[in-house]
Amino acid sequence: MRQSRQSPGPRGGFSRGQSLQETKGNMVRLFKYMARYKVHLILVAVFILVNAYAMVQGNLFLQTLIDQHILPLTQVENPDFSRMLGAILRMAGLYLIGVGASFAYNRVMVVVSQGTQKQIRDELFAHMQRLPLRYFDTHTHGDLMSRYTNDIDTLRQLLSQSIPQLLSSGVSLLFVFVAMLTVSLPLTGLVVAMVFVMTKMVGRVGGSSARYFVKQQEVLGSLNGYIEEMTHGQKVVKVFCYEEQAKEKFDALNQELCAAATQANRLANSLMPLMMNLGNIQYVLIAIVGGLLAIGGVGGLTLGGIASFLQLSRAFSGPIGQVSQQINSVIMALAGAGRIFQLMDEAPEEDSGSVTLVNACYRQDGTLQECEERTSLWAWKQPHDDGSVTYHKLEGDVRFDKVDFAYVEDKPVLHDISLFAKPGQKVAFVGATGAGKTTITNLINRFYDLSQGKILYDGIDITRMKKADLRRSLGVVLQDTNLFTGTVMENIRYGRLDASDEEVYAAAKLAGAHGFIRRLPQGYDTLIDGDGSELSQGQRQLISIARAAVADPPVMILDEATSSIDTRTESIVQRGMDSLMTGRTTFVIAHRLSTVRNSDVIMVLELGRIIERGSHQELIAQGGKYHQLYTGAFELE
Amino acid sequence: MIKRLARCVREYRPYALLTPVLVLLEVAMDILLPMLMAVIIDSGIQQGDPRMIGKMSLGLLGCTFLALVFGVLSGQTASIASAGFAKNVRHDLYYNLQTFSFESIDRFSTSSLITRMTTDVDYLQQAFQMSIRITVRAPFMLAFSLIMAFHINHRLSLVFLAVLPVLGLLMYLIMSRAHPIFETVFKMYDKLNTVVQENLRGIRVVKSYVREEHEIQKFQRTSQDIYVTFSRAQKLVSCIMPLMQLCMFGCSLILSWMGGRLIVFGEMTTGMLVSLLSYAFQILISLMMLAMVFMMLVISKASAQRVVEVLEEKTDLHSPDAPVTQVRDGSIRFENVGFSYAKDAKKLALKDVNLTIQSGETVGILGGTGAAKTTLVQLIPRLYDVTQGKLLVGGVDVRDYDLSALREQVAMVLQKNELFSGTIKENLRWGNQDASDQELEYVCKLACAHEFIQTFPTGYDTYIEQGGTNVSGGQKQRLCIARALLKKPKILILDDSTSAVDTKTDARIRQAFAQEIPDTTKLIITQRAASVEHADKIVVLDEGEIADIGSHEELMERCNIYREVYTSQQKGGGVDETV
Repeated sequence: MRQSRQSPGPRGGFSRGQSLQETKGNMVRLFKYMARYKVHLILVAVFILVNAYAMVQGNLFLQTLIDQHILPLTQVENPDFSRMLGAILRMAGLYLIGVGASFAYNRVMVVVSQGTQKQIRDELFAHMQRLPLRYFDTHTHGDLMSRYTNDIDTLRQLLSQSIPQLLSSGVSLLFVFVAMLTVSLPLTGLVVAMVFVMTKMVGRVGGSSARYFVKQQEVLGSLNGYIEEMTHGQKVVKVFCYEEQAKEKFDALNQELCAAATQANRLANSLMPLMMNLGNIQYVLIAIVGGLLAIGGVGGLTLGGIASFLQLSRAFSGPIGQVSQQINSVIMALAGAGRIFQLMDEAPEEDSGSVTLVNACYRQDGTLQECEERTSLWAWKQPHDDGSVTYHKLEGDVRFDKVDFAYVEDKPVLHDISLFAKPGQKVAFVGATGAGKTTITNLINRFYDLSQGKILYDGIDITRMKKADLRRSLGVVLQDTNLFTGTVMENIRYGRLDASDEEVYAAAKLAGAHGFIRRLPQGYDTLIDGDGSELSQGQRQLISIARAAVADPPVMILDEATSSIDTRTESIVQRGMDSLMTGRTTFVIAHRLSTVRNSDVIMVLELGRIIERGSHQELIAQGGKYHQLYTGAFELE
Repeated sequence: MIKRLARCVREYRPYALLTPVLVLLEVAMDILLPMLMAVIIDSGIQQGDPRMIGKMSLGLLGCTFLALVFGVLSGQTASIASAGFAKNVRHDLYYNLQTFSFESIDRFSTSSLITRMTTDVDYLQQAFQMSIRITVRAPFMLAFSLIMAFHINHRLSLVFLAVLPVLGLLMYLIMSRAHPIFETVFKMYDKLNTVVQENLRGIRVVKSYVREEHEIQKFQRTSQDIYVTFSRAQKLVSCIMPLMQLCMFGCSLILSWMGGRLIVFGEMTTGMLVSLLSYAFQILISLMMLAMVFMMLVISKASAQRVVEVLEEKTDLHSPDAPVTQVRDGSIRFENVGFSYAKDAKKLALKDVNLTIQSGETVGILGGTGAAKTTLVQLIPRLYDVTQGKLLVGGVDVRDYDLSALREQVAMVLQKNELFSGTIKENLRWGNQDASDQELEYVCKLACAHEFIQTFPTGYDTYIEQGGTNVSGGQKQRLCIARALLKKPKILILDDSTSAVDTKTDARIRQAFAQEIPDTTKLIITQRAASVEHADKIVVLDEGEIADIGSHEELMERCNIYREVYTSQQKGGGVDETV
């Protein structure tokens, strides 16, 4: 019902344009989705046919009524209306069937259109979840978001309004055309000629209108993009007194949009009166030509015939008008569908791994075996070519062997990285921004795949592991906390969905979050927004630490996790973190050297290479970069 | 509400007024058609008079031609008026947003402001265009058609009086039931979009915890809700078409029966019957249009409300009537300052703050999460007004300054800072439109940004993506600092602005400040005690109150909180490792 917004995101897709080929392809694909409702569609087709038949019969009925009933009856003295009543009642019956059919197909169509929308929506999201991280790096959120808002919106319009209307219009047109032929051949010829003129006009006006609509969408996209960006930075605008400049560019874009929108709507608005009045002209012409024909007695046209034909011509130009009005939205929706399908066609994250993570327990003889319930023991289950299966205890031993990596080909960010972390060891990465610290940790959980070299986890190449199992064995606390809408409890439980309330409390206590959570208005049941704006940065971070704690993984990756927690909170966190780290292999990225000092080994990175490695004492003794960093303050100030 | 929006029509008023008039004329022409048609059928065809046909058809063609002209013209004026209206609404919204205080921005929330300026305006534009065209057209069409029908035969036209109210009532019932369901559906869509947005932002978390399936299920639950609810609404609405058909068929059959009898008794002509049937068609169509428009307007009511809320938001932060336009120096004095976001003296975020800062001093501000550090400094450029007490900058109450004069002199690097799409140069020039390239380079050197900018292939012309996504966190912070420095402010506030900068660079930036801008008062909020160790003064905040003020040595001696912070960052003592 609501007119769709039909504006692509800031980086909207209309500008790219779509070839006819693609449009066709999208149409076919869309029909394939609808084809899942075969039975429904067949029913719809049947009902539409019945309905159209009843409509056409209704229009023809006027001829019968006038020629066979009314006019003859005017000739007799004592007219007997029973035959006429009979005819009208028969017509009423037919009408009722027609209405019933209309009711039925409208209903069934709801199922088809809503079902199809849901199907596409769900597939789109499910597919997006399986895309590799690289995809999210190279596409803006706004761009992806607009597929869910604008594109799905236009699709909704198409499926719930345009397609049903097009279907019934098409069938009606066909029936009416046949009916017109039965009434009068010459008049039908006239209608065909008029329709030809109409479609030409529509094509002209519609064509240029579509161009202006594209232009309008483009400008709308950039204006909305501008508004979005500036509003996000509104506080900065205020602080810099940048209001006037912000207005300037806004005004220019706003003016441009106004011009484009006027132009586009001008043509689109002309379309309807144009169609309607061309329809009227046709109506008039039929009356005139029909009248002359009837008077001249050509083609056996009767008065009733003309009356019927007039009705038919209305019934003919009506659907054409409707179709022409839908064309714009159909084109837009297909472009939107194209963008949706484009995302669905992106290659999902590959996962060819066969090694899985299972709960394990020891047999009597000390060897490992798989078991159903959760134990404190995990094992890698390795299937072999000969069909046998071996179990290997999950310990958390991670080795990098001559790893090279590049986000973009030919622009390597990591060179020849080799390192090892024995179970329970703490490895810290230190280095300037952009040295490649975060990248290294992104490789461990296979957010990205290596260009060269390999990473072994408990002696198994991580590419042989199932990604899900690999990631399950790694706990992560990221710089951006990213909480989800829901209660605090749910957010912590995100780490392990089957954790009991007590386990969640324990994890929160470990992270040092328990105290402040209890002081929240509803404690653990406090609802937080996705961006967690009700909580301070530090509190959000504590929750994300608790989330990692509840997952209880053997390996932890802490990415600059403590950098924005205030020092007092930090000391609480640090204590929790230390106990979280005990018995776990941990990779830490931190700016503060204090948090890395007690690491077993510190890697100093520069421009993607490890330039120094060793314990704190060793590195200080070495007197290299680390020592410089460490003592830099005194040289600088 | 309507009044406020109507004010946005402004220069497009003539078009807005002309449109209904043109529509009216078009309707009048349309109405004449069936009437003339009746004459053609009766006096022309039935009487076999070709001259009559010729005469009438000229009239008919004239009518349709005029209708076409009026129709197209009204389409033009309507599009000019509605696009202009939307432009003005957007303009008013955006201009008013520029006057918003931080408090208003917080209250509306950024994303809701964006929706109001984009989607909501789009709906309003459509609703406006509909109002001046269809809303005029449909009732007139209805009324005229009814009048004409009665004119032809008032007895037969009574049928309409019987059918119309019933149909109207039924449609009203359907619409009034469907409307709340649609509202619910749109809320559900919002929820669905939230899920998507959170997933986009948190994709690393989702993937790290292998929660793809969990998220998909979450999405599908909402998706299923939409499916069920939307189907319900759609099913209700889908009754309208058959209902219309039912009425139309019913009317035409009744008219046929009664009209047929009348013709037979010579009380009516065949032509009249044909035109009556045409009017019946027009009456029902206009009723349906009316129902649709009604629905549209009801839906856009919510949009209108949201837009008007923003339009009518008045900020309480104003420049005074006779403002002070010169900031003498960078001295700052808090006198018994209390502040509450809720303007409620019982819920003070800041209490009894007394603090004097000399011009040119470097002041460190330390404190735990929620200690109100940011709150404290945001009062200085008057982003919020104090609730109690007084705040003086350069010896003058901040409320006496011209707002932009004050903010020109107080540069603040926000904790959550933003870069904008555009080149590095363009971004930096936010601080000063007319800055020369040398000046840009100078401030970038101060902020330690010059070195990394130079490593970019296109240097200062490097394009920054929206939100600054193509530079690292530390680089972004340094650019933001440089931008603030370009203002050559008397007071510079850094709100935890170097948290992502590595310690070495952090120290170099501070050193550059000390050497190059000694006369600027520098307030530094930080978590790293070492960052402010050499400040002239360190303010320790605790839960909205000043716990202590003093130099590093003094605080080490007497302030527990400070000592705790400092030593915890030292761990093991000895050398200052945090640089």
